[in-house]
Amino acid sequence: MKSFTGKTLRWEWRAGVIELTLDHEPANEIGTAMLAELEKFVAAFAALTPETSVCIISSARKSVFSAGGDLRELYSTAASVAAKDRPAGVRAFLERIHAVMNAIDEVPFVTIAAVHGACFGGGLELALACDMIIADKMARFAFPELRLGFIPGFGGIPRLKRDLGNAFVRDLLFTGRTVNATRSQALGLVAQLAGEGEALRIARSTAAQISKYDAVTRSAAKKFIKPIPREELRREIDLFCELFTRPAVMAALKKFVEDSGPMPYLP
Amino acid sequence: MRTLEQTTQEVLDLAATHFQLPAGSLAPGDDFFKKLGIDSLQTLEMLSRLENHFGIELPDYEVQGVSDFQTLAERIQSRL
Repeated sequence: MKSFTGKTLRWEWRAGVIELTLDHEPANEIGTAMLAELEKFVAAFAALTPETSVCIISSARKSVFSAGGDLRELYSTAASVAAKDRPAGVRAFLERIHAVMNAIDEVPFVTIAAVHGACFGGGLELALACDMIIADKMARFAFPELRLGFIPGFGGIPRLKRDLGNAFVRDLLFTGRTVNATRSQALGLVAQLAGEGEALRIARSTAAQISKYDAVTRSAAKKFIKPIPREELRREIDLFCELFTRPAVMAALKKFVEDSGPMPYLP
Repeated sequence: MRTLEQTTQEVLDLAATHFQLPAGSLAPGDDFFKKLGIDSLQTLEMLSRLENHFGIELPDYEVQGVSDFQTLAERIQSRL
């Protein structure tokens, strides 16, 4: 499928480059609707791979790449079932999103996240599954999950640990603070810094350069330098589900969904 | 090294320019959430603009609860 327009995202293949655009109101939250369409997207990889050099993932939403997992949906779904049944539902969702992230992580063509605005939680985890992040200078990155009593669940910590030093990983995780694009580039999270509104244009220019090289060599190099931390990813799912059973999590989720303050991602 | 007064004025100028307000329409004691009517994403944008302008990192938790330009400028000053 060379093009697709869904309710939360769309993609189009053109001259060897796939552009996946997240476009889900209000802030590209990753819930069951976006997950189902991401599954469609990765299911198309097998057919697209032979004629694809690069995939660019970006957002059509103003001021945000993705705010992360859909916490409102998570809360309402969890609240609608008995406490004992919650972990099974959460685990099923995590297994599906991990399969998507792993597929993006290991696809033979090069993947670029062109990021502007807020890139939080699951949004950052999606960007981390990509080979490169090209960030607008107004982009901000964060893992605010600890405020809710759990850890990032879409593969974030193992992938961040794979790519970066422990100082930054722990700072992001333990403070939940947002980090700007300039600092993120200095720490190695961001590959290229773009001017305001220029991330997608620079990602396209980078894709054109990457496309010049031999596909077999490119794919072999990617496989060599970017192994998937499978064991840690499995442990992440287990730990997330274990933490999710605590009553404090539902209380924190409730507080978050009812918070209309200017910094709802901070406790 | 900027003085606190200079930092405060630069914060006010930056906010006025970004939100297309007349120069001098903002005062140090103004509540910027009320005056600018900004939401959470715009708050983050403003934080990025301030960090980029002053060349600093300003962790969100240091400005959590801050709502006036004067206190914001003081937090920035402590990072310069």
